[in-house]
Amino acid sequence: MLEIKNLHARIAEDGTEILRGVDLTVKAGEVAAIMGPNGSGKSTLSYVLAGREDYEVTEGDILFNGESILEMDPAERAAAGLFLAFQYPMEIPGVATMEFLKVAMNAQRKARGQEELKIPELMKRVRGAAEALDMDISMLKRPLNVGFSGGEKKRAEILQMKLLEPALCVLDETDSGLDIDALKIVADGVNALRSPDRTIVVITHYQRLLDYIVPDSVHVLYRGRVVRSGEKELAQELEKNGYAGLVGEAA
Amino acid sequence: MNIQTQIRRTAAEDALLQAFVERAEYLPGDTEVAEKRSAAVELLKRGLPNRKVEAWHYTDLRRLLSFVPAFDLTAHAAPREPLLAGSAVLPVLNGVAGEAQVPEGISVASVASKLTDGSLASLLGPADADDTVSAINSAFAADGFAVDIPAGTALERPIELQNVQAGGQVHTRFAVRAGEDAKATIVERQTGEGDALVSSVSHLDVGDGAEILYLIIQEQPEGASHLGQINVKIGKDAKLTLFVMNAGGKLVRQELRLVAEGEGSEFRLRGVNLLSGETHCDVTMVLDHVGPATVSTETIRNVVTDKAEGAFQGQIRVARQAQKTDAKMACNTLLLSDEGGFSSKPELEIFADDVACGHGATVTEIEADHLFYLMARGIDEKTARGLLVKAFVAEVIEELENEPVIEALEAKLDAWFAKHG
Ligand SMILES: Nc1ncnc2c1ncn2[C@@H]1O[C@H](COP(=O)(O)OP(=O)(O)OP(=O)(O)O)[C@@H](O)[C@H]1O
Ligand SMILES: [Mg+2]
Repeated sequence: MLEIKNLHARIAEDGTEILRGVDLTVKAGEVAAIMGPNGSGKSTLSYVLAGREDYEVTEGDILFNGESILEMDPAERAAAGLFLAFQYPMEIPGVATMEFLKVAMNAQRKARGQEELKIPELMKRVRGAAEALDMDISMLKRPLNVGFSGGEKKRAEILQMKLLEPALCVLDETDSGLDIDALKIVADGVNALRSPDRTIVVITHYQRLLDYIVPDSVHVLYRGRVVRSGEKELAQELEKNGYAGLVGEAA
Repeated sequence: MNIQTQIRRTAAEDALLQAFVERAEYLPGDTEVAEKRSAAVELLKRGLPNRKVEAWHYTDLRRLLSFVPAFDLTAHAAPREPLLAGSAVLPVLNGVAGEAQVPEGISVASVASKLTDGSLASLLGPADADDTVSAINSAFAADGFAVDIPAGTALERPIELQNVQAGGQVHTRFAVRAGEDAKATIVERQTGEGDALVSSVSHLDVGDGAEILYLIIQEQPEGASHLGQINVKIGKDAKLTLFVMNAGGKLVRQELRLVAEGEGSEFRLRGVNLLSGETHCDVTMVLDHVGPATVSTETIRNVVTDKAEGAFQGQIRVARQAQKTDAKMACNTLLLSDEGGFSSKPELEIFADDVACGHGATVTEIEADHLFYLMARGIDEKTARGLLVKAFVAEVIEELENEPVIEALEAKLDAWFAKHG
């Protein structure tokens, strides 16, 4: 279960406050959708969850399964089960994707006290996950995300998510940049991960993704706060009327 | 005229000259060798170069060489496991040639024997007034190996020349001649245990059409001073890849003096400098393109941590007749600490008119975004940094296109990073 309580965060460099008291609870087994206009702080929230150093939490707390994760670094949070699928996955030259997957999977296994996977078993899992996402395995020989198309990058994020089996998944606009077939493949991948002990947060602008990944709750982030929460119908309402009405209420 | 003659000698300069007085009568060589040694000592009497000497601008040897130990002739050094499995090892142990594994068809002789009969006298230096490395080495060099790879021989086993010091002073020579169309992989290992002063001068003659991969791996301990030099001649249509890795030592100067003599040769220099602690490491290359249509590329990657300092001076001279020369030089540094630094000085002297020469240098830090991405996947900070640093240098290693070599060098990288990352 994820509990975000009165979370305030600012940009470390210049002190600009971006999150201004976010409250949000997502129970285990549930999928929450976060929507909101451009620049409202959705990606910032995802980065703060993942522990990016560019942001400082000035107030509030983030609890994962009842424990605060604020003091953990990004690697510790990941080992505790958090996974962020980036809105803009970074290109990392010189680090082969396969090597990266091996190191990441085994780092998390080690942190959780599990035995490291041997190469053949690892390859088998990677191959299986890549096939399910309709990804070309030869891509994994290339440096991480370097020269991947927009859609390939998004798929590669979901591939990592499947392999790392996180307990808390945060997907930041994974649907943007995907063609319709890819959207369905990725949504199937996410749905396959739905389970009673997993919490999923989906950030999106579009109802279309939520047709495939049906959320248990929908939340609107505006100027760094959750200004409205509802059930899946809220997304349809937003699709129809935009944010104008809501924004008026909040202001 | 040298103003340094008026300056008081440093303790190190005194110690060097005194050592020669003590060692001279025991050094091997015929009269010609003895004369060469005396000439070398004459240069040393003028004092060690300081930063006002252009070739030594980044390495003020007079100041940095603060300690010259006495010879330690009783110290014992043992051969090392070779870098590449199955190599024929030719070990020089604390300055003395040990038992050599000689691959079939190759002739190997000790440098001591070749100094005694005078046949190596012509290799003794110094080549010019700035050639302090060869001057020190020529004064004292007592042993090493001379290797002759006959024309047309393709060596399956790599040859590994080892210079293993156990403290005191060690001055070693290697001379490798690869005949026409010969093919070989040669590793030169510079390592040891003590706070030694090491000088090691090598000669590599790459015959017409030969293909040579020559790797210099310098891993001296923290307290050692290492003065290295390789003198290379590249023949017509020959291919030479020279890989240099510096991963140790307190004061390191590695000189690369190359002449692309024959027409149509290809030369690649790939350098990796892994600098930590208070190391000072200077790689200085002078490459003469003499033959027409010679191609060269030089790529240097540096990783600097702690208070380490490094420099790369790359001088490419293209002679008037060396038309169609193509030379590309790049020096990239990954700076991991604010207290360290790396200077790069490319220099092109072009006397021909139809040539393509270029150079570039960058200094960067680890990208915070990249680090965050890796850590967000559960990779701890140290390992993540290690991956990024390795990625930075592995690129040049992978260009060697030789699996066992790449694996062995990457293992060295991992070991260095486990210790210093
Ligand atoms: N590191 C940063 N430096 C400067 N400004 C930042 C930084 N991070 C976020 N911001 C600003 O904070 C605001 C929120 O950005 P954020 O990326 O969280 O929005 P978003 O809701 O994800 O928008 P979108 O829907 O366009 O992805 C924006 O105005 C953005 O410019
Ligand atoms: Mg965003």
